Amino acid sequence: MSQGKNQVTDQVTDQGKQTGGTSSRAAGFWHVLVSMMSRPSGLIGVILVLFHVTIAIISPEIVPYDYKKISNILMLSAPDSHHWLGTDQLGRDVLTRVLMGGRQALFVTAIATPIAVMWGGFLGIYLGLVGGRKDDVIMRIVDALLSLPWILKMLLLIVTFGAGQMVLIPTLAFFYGIPVIRISRVATHDVVSRDFVQAAKARGHSLASIIFVELLPNVRDALLVEGAMRWSWMLLAFSSLSFLGFGATPPNPDWGLMIADARGFLVVAPLAGLAPVFALSTLIIGINLTADALAKTLGVDRARKASIA
Amino acid sequence: MLGSLARADQVSRATKVEHQVLKLLMRRILLGFATVALVSVIIFAGIEILPGDACTAYLQRDAQGQRLENCRQELGLHRPVVVRYLGWAGSALRGDFGVSVNSTKTISELVGDRSKNSLLLAFCTLVIGLPFAIFLGVITGLNRDKPIDLVCSTVAICAMTIPEFVSATVLILIFSVWLAWFPGIVMTSASAPALAFFPEIILPSVVLAMVMTAHILRTVRSSIIEVLESDFVRMAILKGVPYRQMVLRHVLPNALLPAINVIALTIAWLMGGVVVVETVFNFPGLGRLMINAITDRDLQLVQAIALIVAVIYVGVNLAADIASLLLNPRLRTSMMRRS
Repeated sequence: MSQGKNQVTDQVTDQGKQTGGTSSRAAGFWHVLVSMMSRPSGLIGVILVLFHVTIAIISPEIVPYDYKKISNILMLSAPDSHHWLGTDQLGRDVLTRVLMGGRQALFVTAIATPIAVMWGGFLGIYLGLVGGRKDDVIMRIVDALLSLPWILKMLLLIVTFGAGQMVLIPTLAFFYGIPVIRISRVATHDVVSRDFVQAAKARGHSLASIIFVELLPNVRDALLVEGAMRWSWMLLAFSSLSFLGFGATPPNPDWGLMIADARGFLVVAPLAGLAPVFALSTLIIGINLTADALAKTLGVDRARKASIA
Repeated sequence: MLGSLARADQVSRATKVEHQVLKLLMRRILLGFATVALVSVIIFAGIEILPGDACTAYLQRDAQGQRLENCRQELGLHRPVVVRYLGWAGSALRGDFGVSVNSTKTISELVGDRSKNSLLLAFCTLVIGLPFAIFLGVITGLNRDKPIDLVCSTVAICAMTIPEFVSATVLILIFSVWLAWFPGIVMTSASAPALAFFPEIILPSVVLAMVMTAHILRTVRSSIIEVLESDFVRMAILKGVPYRQMVLRHVLPNALLPAINVIALTIAWLMGGVVVVETVFNFPGLGRLMINAITDRDLQLVQAIALIVAVIYVGVNLAADIASLLLNPRLRTSMMRRS
């Protein structure tokens, strides 16, 4: 098992070496993307993600109506030629709101994910490298924090400081970085005893240089896969918070919020609920298929590391 | 002569292994207690750092001047932090969490009812999902990369990642609104006996079982694949052991061991992390009590629930670690040799 993993990573690094310089990174990226898209599930995943990101960016230009325009004549009307997906309980156009409903979730998670992966990743690499007392103490705290449900930790902060983006982004970035510490620490342990790290230590290289030059390139794959997974967990968390009434604030269109609103009217207007359900599901499935394809391409065993929400 | 020497050597090696395992067990148990102690400090400190305390939550607008001072005096909030922490932790050890601000019941009573309901929900979920999950995991693992594996694994990713409120909404729409097979909402009160929750508990259990099945399936699948590639299974195949016997005797016992830890994580998650499903179905479990306590700023109740959920998490993980240590075939053989 581990041999196979090494072979794959060796192949990837060999390729990078052959082309050399900055172009190698670009070549590596395209190589990975192409081999991800050569699997049917990976292709579907990448297309779904690109589709949703594109819609999120251009939706304000293409939506047919104003997302917050209320109409008491059109409440819960069935789909027709003017409102393709009907209207919701306040007479707002469902299609408009579905097209725009992913914007805030994608914006918040797109900022919070890289922060989470970076701080968790670097702390994990550092702890894996230095070990000892520091490692022991911090890992105990990590264990303790992981034993509390995510929603308790996040809700406490959100209820205290308010539900704006300025609270949500740091909160998500902090709590979703904690599991990353573990992943990157374990990945570092696999590398730290290898010859080139020992050699760098013996040459008296600084801690920073060992981390950036020797360890980071070897842990990068695991962190990339972890980042893709974190992104989907974060979206899940954000839309769950919205659904519970702690994420996006009305009248902003958000899928979680829309599903919560539509739940009371499922019998009369099922589309007002099913449309955001479809949009949210396709985005999250897309991210996960992408993460899965990425893991297989990079040779990182994903199933073992998937922790339950 | 030589034979008995070899036997003696084996026996002493077995005792040595056992000694090491015992040491490992003790270390693991101590670690569990240390984690719980640390969690209790983090919970207490966390609530302490956040602005506002029990008195500002209770008095709300009137929280100023003499009234605030009196209230703090009455609840003992003027004492130093360390003293209050020790007092809180001490009574929590005795199962006494004090009185809720917004309810006449004691916190222990409130939490007791809700824990019982959460346990019932967890039990139903496990009964529905676990056999299914292990069966599918074994099938997909043995048929790696064949159509059945690709289909099951893809469906599992979808089931695992679609938000619970999404699958719950769809299931309610289908089974409750359109087909009218199961009630879509729980109307039973929190203190009702377990049997009163049927059939209302079925839909929430199914939603949770979907997520759980996906997680366990993936773990079982990857551990089956790992065992299939191990030396002793290759050896068994080379020896000509029939396929069925190889799977039953060599692969399954070794592959199902890692599943224990995932099942433990699942139980911990079911006891504390299912706020969304409980909210959707109006199920009176620990999760909803927690979210209500947070929005009402009932800090004592929040602390109590957080501690209980953390203890459950640490406890089931500890149990899983001990179980997998004791079920480890290598250890079992060494014990059998000795007896």
